[in-house]
Amino acid sequence: MATRRETLTSWLIITPFAIVLAFPFYWMLMTALRADNDLYDIEQVPFKFNADSPTLNNFRFLFEQTDYRQWLENTALIGGAVVLITLALALPAGYALARLSGGWGQTLGVAIFLTYLVPPTLLFLPLSRVVSELNLHDRLWSLILVYPSFTVPFSIWLLMGFFKTIPPELEDAALVDGASRLTTLVRVVFPLSIPGILTVVIFTFSLVVNEFVYAITFISVTEQKTISAGVPTELIRGDVFYWGALMAATLIPAIPLALLYNVFLNRFIAGFTGGAFR
Amino acid sequence: MATVAAGSHGRRWHDVFEERRFLSPLLIAPAVLFIVLLVGAPLVLAVYLSLTDATAGSLTGEFVGFQNYTDAWHSENFRRALRNTIIFTLVSQAVVLVGAGVLAHALVRDFRGKWFLRFLVILPWATPVALSTVAFLWLFHPLYSVVNWTLTHDVIPGSPAFFPYKAMNWAFAREFWPEWIQISPIEPIDPPQWLGEPNLAMAAIIFAHAWRILPFATVIFIAGLASMPPEIEDAARVDGATGLKKFWYVTLPLQLPIALVALLFGIVFTATDMTVVYILTHGGPFNSTHVLTTWAFDTGINSAALGQGAAISLYLLPALALVAILMLSFARRVEVT
Repeated sequence: MATRRETLTSWLIITPFAIVLAFPFYWMLMTALRADNDLYDIEQVPFKFNADSPTLNNFRFLFEQTDYRQWLENTALIGGAVVLITLALALPAGYALARLSGGWGQTLGVAIFLTYLVPPTLLFLPLSRVVSELNLHDRLWSLILVYPSFTVPFSIWLLMGFFKTIPPELEDAALVDGASRLTTLVRVVFPLSIPGILTVVIFTFSLVVNEFVYAITFISVTEQKTISAGVPTELIRGDVFYWGALMAATLIPAIPLALLYNVFLNRFIAGFTGGAFR
Repeated sequence: MATVAAGSHGRRWHDVFEERRFLSPLLIAPAVLFIVLLVGAPLVLAVYLSLTDATAGSLTGEFVGFQNYTDAWHSENFRRALRNTIIFTLVSQAVVLVGAGVLAHALVRDFRGKWFLRFLVILPWATPVALSTVAFLWLFHPLYSVVNWTLTHDVIPGSPAFFPYKAMNWAFAREFWPEWIQISPIEPIDPPQWLGEPNLAMAAIIFAHAWRILPFATVIFIAGLASMPPEIEDAARVDGATGLKKFWYVTLPLQLPIALVALLFGIVFTATDMTVVYILTHGGPFNSTHVLTTWAFDTGINSAALGQGAAISLYLLPALALVAILMLSFARRVEVT
């Protein structure tokens, strides 16, 4: 623990940053709880609740009058499917690459990770053609198929970092006891890696929630959109604004994700920096 | 490793080695195959499309050579998009590097209330970028912007009255500033239109990018600082290195590799991002804030000129390749040490 003085300096340095970084969230909350007659009245002080505020009407509107609930469901469905596909592909690959220490194992690991840096903005045009050739346009399947293209490299990278922290001696012990390599993998290595695997699940899921380019390119019908695509394209229309509902829509996924990030942050750091660079 | 072990343990290690030779490729192959099909093939297809006059209705088109690339190069909008991409990326990353360096130093040690402050700092990173950009749309709203409200109201209670815009005018609406820092005086009657005026819109986009990347860079920096061996800290103290000197001669050189990683990521995420500009300004006003990605989207999807769009977005490839090479050489150097 730091001394009183160190604590004070830390607070003094971080607080201005924290205010700038967190202010938009405070403002989302303030806006989401406001009634329209308060929100769209320039005479009112926006830092206080006036007129009919605070109210939960914006949340009610969001869930009853818009497709927000459907978008949440779509996002959860796609996220779940993508997580499963990602684990199926990345777990074995991450393990094998972690154990192939040095040489081409290292190079292949870095090469796979580099594909994570090939952005959707470079691939969405050809993929949009492929998606319509496969008759997947406007279907959730298009996103379930394409999203692992960036979640798999990212997850392999993280998993490599985690697997390297598991001592190979443990596996050797199981092998001596007559277990096959695959049994060892499933019975010894994976159970030990559960915290790491959970971290990968969280971050894979959040990459899916985050994705925007493919989501607006492949899907144009309202009912099939994800939240990232639905909120900016459907709730902002010309002059009709639902700012209260919009800010509620932003806040709802942000808070649980931020809590999860904080819980898994240390593990994320360990995996991210322990991957192919070490 | 296997060869060393084979000497002492004989047959068992030999068998495992044999098994591994087949098992490893078997475990890696599905992932590699998937990546080749969904990243490699589309990338090749993108290059092919960029050499044709394909439109949204078809996958093929007449081969036109480098026509799309030269057409793009000679277009005014493309030039501006390219320039904007470079400016957005460099300026926001400069802000992020400095900010993350300071933040990470303060956040790396344990102190009372750290969890709370870290939670606030992480928030922008955890929020889906499309949604947080919508929040910026509201923060910079032409009529109801809270930024403008704060600027033009007496925000500190008691007398004398304090109006932030007057302070801003006093500091920045001056002749001696270079043009890009100087602001025209803010009038409460006609507050700044953050997204409606080219220079301000650029500033808003840069701010949104820096705001979103800063937490991620901070996290990477913390990882780097935390991995610094405590002995070095002690050695530096014994040698009398403190404060700035310690930072310059000890911390900075040791942190350089990890800072480089954060920077490379930041550059890639910013230069290839489309979401912020697409939602915040959609390239406006008057196409002044387009970046390569939004311009490619408008050309390829909205105007259905698939080949043109592909060529525009492929202008990003050399930059990405450069980053990849830097990363690889960096990874190799770390491996050696």
